[in-house]
Amino acid sequence: MAIREDVIVIGGGLAGSVAAIEAAETGASVRLVTYKKSTLRHASGLIDVLGYNGSDDPIADPFAALDDLPDEHPYSVAGETAVRDGLDRFDEIVGDTYGGSHTDSNALIPTFGGTVKPTARYPAAAAAGIASDDRPMLVVGFEGMTEYNAGMLADHLEASGVPFDVEGVECSLPGTYKNDSRVTRFAKRLDINESVEYEGRTMGAREALIQEVEPHVGDAERVGFPAFLGDEHTDEVRNDLERELGVDVFEIPMGPPSYPGIRLADQLKTAVDEAGVRITAGSPVVGFEADDGEIQSVTVDSKGREVPYHAEEFVLATGGLVGKGIDSGREEGVTESIFDCHIPHPEDRYEWFDEQAFGDQPFAHFGVRVDETMRPLTADDVPEFDNLRAAGGVIGGADTVAEKSQSGVSLATAVVAGERAGEQVAKHEVSQ
Amino acid sequence: MSDAEQASDFDPTTTVDEFEPVDVFPSSEDMDLRPGADNCYKCTSCDTSCPVAEVDESFPGPKFQGPEQWRLKRGEDVDIDDSILSCSNCMRCDDACPSSVPLSQMHNTARGEYVEEHMDKLSREYLRNRMLSNYRTLASIGSKVPRLANFVMGLGITSVLGEKIMGIPSERDVPEFATETFRQWFKKRGGSKVTNPDKQVAYFHGCYSNYNTVEVGKAMVRVFEEFGYEVLVPKQQCSGTPMFANGMLKDARREAEVNVRELGKAIDNGADVIASCTSCSMALRQEYPELFDIEGIEDLSEHTYEAMEFLRIHEDLEGTIRESEVDPQAFAYHAPCHARNQGLDRQAVELFRELDGAQIEDVGDSCSGISGTYGWKSEKYETSMKIGAEMFDHMEHAEGDVGMTECPTCAMQMNHGTGYEIRHPLELLEEAVAN
Repeated sequence: MAIREDVIVIGGGLAGSVAAIEAAETGASVRLVTYKKSTLRHASGLIDVLGYNGSDDPIADPFAALDDLPDEHPYSVAGETAVRDGLDRFDEIVGDTYGGSHTDSNALIPTFGGTVKPTARYPAAAAAGIASDDRPMLVVGFEGMTEYNAGMLADHLEASGVPFDVEGVECSLPGTYKNDSRVTRFAKRLDINESVEYEGRTMGAREALIQEVEPHVGDAERVGFPAFLGDEHTDEVRNDLERELGVDVFEIPMGPPSYPGIRLADQLKTAVDEAGVRITAGSPVVGFEADDGEIQSVTVDSKGREVPYHAEEFVLATGGLVGKGIDSGREEGVTESIFDCHIPHPEDRYEWFDEQAFGDQPFAHFGVRVDETMRPLTADDVPEFDNLRAAGGVIGGADTVAEKSQSGVSLATAVVAGERAGEQVAKHEVSQ
Repeated sequence: MSDAEQASDFDPTTTVDEFEPVDVFPSSEDMDLRPGADNCYKCTSCDTSCPVAEVDESFPGPKFQGPEQWRLKRGEDVDIDDSILSCSNCMRCDDACPSSVPLSQMHNTARGEYVEEHMDKLSREYLRNRMLSNYRTLASIGSKVPRLANFVMGLGITSVLGEKIMGIPSERDVPEFATETFRQWFKKRGGSKVTNPDKQVAYFHGCYSNYNTVEVGKAMVRVFEEFGYEVLVPKQQCSGTPMFANGMLKDARREAEVNVRELGKAIDNGADVIASCTSCSMALRQEYPELFDIEGIEDLSEHTYEAMEFLRIHEDLEGTIRESEVDPQAFAYHAPCHARNQGLDRQAVELFRELDGAQIEDVGDSCSGISGTYGWKSEKYETSMKIGAEMFDHMEHAEGDVGMTECPTCAMQMNHGTGYEIRHPLELLEEAVAN
């Protein structure tokens, strides 16, 4: 019985972190239990609310589009206020390191595939790349980086009809690198402005990069780089490049390793810590004890030994299929990994997917169904447990990848789950 | 269930006397690591968590060292890449991997194979690594004449010779031996002051608390006695941590056999095993069952705890700390990588925040860079200090000017980079509860 809190949140991604902070705001003692590094660390770092809804045209105002969503959509269940509260909480956490809070409208941010993504919030480092801006753009790529080709990116952007001229140039990365660690190593070099050999001279990595890119700037007024301009000191790196190149510099979100995702995960961890939330990281929750419809404790596997963690309220924020909050198998069907909450799905596995890769994929909608206080529901529509709430990717009812709503769903459901959990604890205390 | 939790059939320790690569590794296909390799979906979480890859561009990172190299090895005529020796065995990749790929197990087995098959047993590097791995042997000789040993090791000429002959960086100060070992002290005081057949713990002090920082061991004993535990100090060898990191798996197995047997006896009598060094507890809990198949090894793994963790689970440690008080002092706390891997990285900070008089600040997620013996090699010294730079910087910005950590080699690095005195959480806990 030694380990006890008011609220335990399971899962340390966007939803879990925000739910924990929200619960801590109510005055509850909160512990965040996380296992492996969150999928947030390889996500783009963009915070999208609703980008598409069944059509190829991006949504301009996600709030105006909320009413068109089906009843089972997490937004419909949580309500517009929750979506706005979630964004408010996010804005408070990240401060001026993110842009987009001045408007309800989506921003269009170029991605490394050469598309533009409709998103509600974007890192300040990506701001100068916004596609509604008509200043001419140069996109810098690096030889040997297979995930990113600047010429192709520029062509794709032009083909998508952006209102500006865009050129792409492939430069070489100052210094020598192994394939697998190229990105992390170069980011670190820029971060601490470590010396590299460039054109026969030894100089700071930032200076070498400036010298490499400068001849190609031409008429461009803004220059985009893959998003690895430093880690801890990314503002400094960007400022140095902007000053010396005489242009605005921005980062283009890319696939893993994704510094915007890593930086956001780090920011969230700091915010969680500052909110007074305790953290147990590196240990999975493998089971639970329940009594009379209430969870008494969750069982944390601490290197092969099972330790009970007690609380009054629990929040499940373990993610979806990729985050492994949801599992599937031939025999078991589709399951929620810890509490075995009900997940509606067809019995026949061949009905889980559509044969068109980009079709409306049933599996993308898999997840627990929740009531308006985020409690997962059984097949009979009653709460699985009185004191369990869900947040983020583990909740089903929408293809958040296709509609670009993953972060927004995480934020909206997290604020409701976290706040309700905290409030319930306060109620118990009053009644006792 | 992680694949890492299953012992592989791979056993590099069978033939010892006459080295025959073919016999030692009858078939590397025996390494049952395939499911682990297949689980990797190349998300790069491990690579972005690797402190070595971040500062050393010749190191390809854990994804290559683990699943990719394992797969390459299936082909004929592919040898283990020598960059495996640049892995510091911090095990952060284990903690990072969302698919539970047993990365450190893959690295440990690959390193063991590389050292056995490709390293010249008469080379300076091999001999130096063997010596560093067997610190316990060295320390047990040195501590017989601690004052002389400290004097000799402190001489400038010793340090120059160390660099030239052995490849030990002259920048580092060799740790001093205590004039009385922990075991000598424990014996002299007549063993545990508490007798309690129902509450017994067997203390795995490891080498460093025995020969060097005996005050940590003493603190452990006094704190546990305060909570009513009888402390046993069974016969023990090195945990094996430095041996895994240097690919000396035969040495590690030899030590493990003794530890499993001796600590196993205590467990059979109802005791749990407590370690004050988080790398020792890590070895007993994770690396033992991953690398060796010894009777009782699972039992030992399941019964081993880090000291404060044990009290947190079995006693109301937080309540006790809340009611305690110490003289005003502020600490810059660094969580060792191996504590992180046991889910203990926030433990000291969270507990001591509740302690009147103590101020404690976490100096962040970075690795200290020393990784046991890693930073004790001339060719790795620069990498080690580059990795440590972030921690030094954060320590200097923290309010406290005394460092705190559970790991003895992290403590050396913290002291080396900042000049701060470094204490172990058990020492502060002793001050709080055992007076």
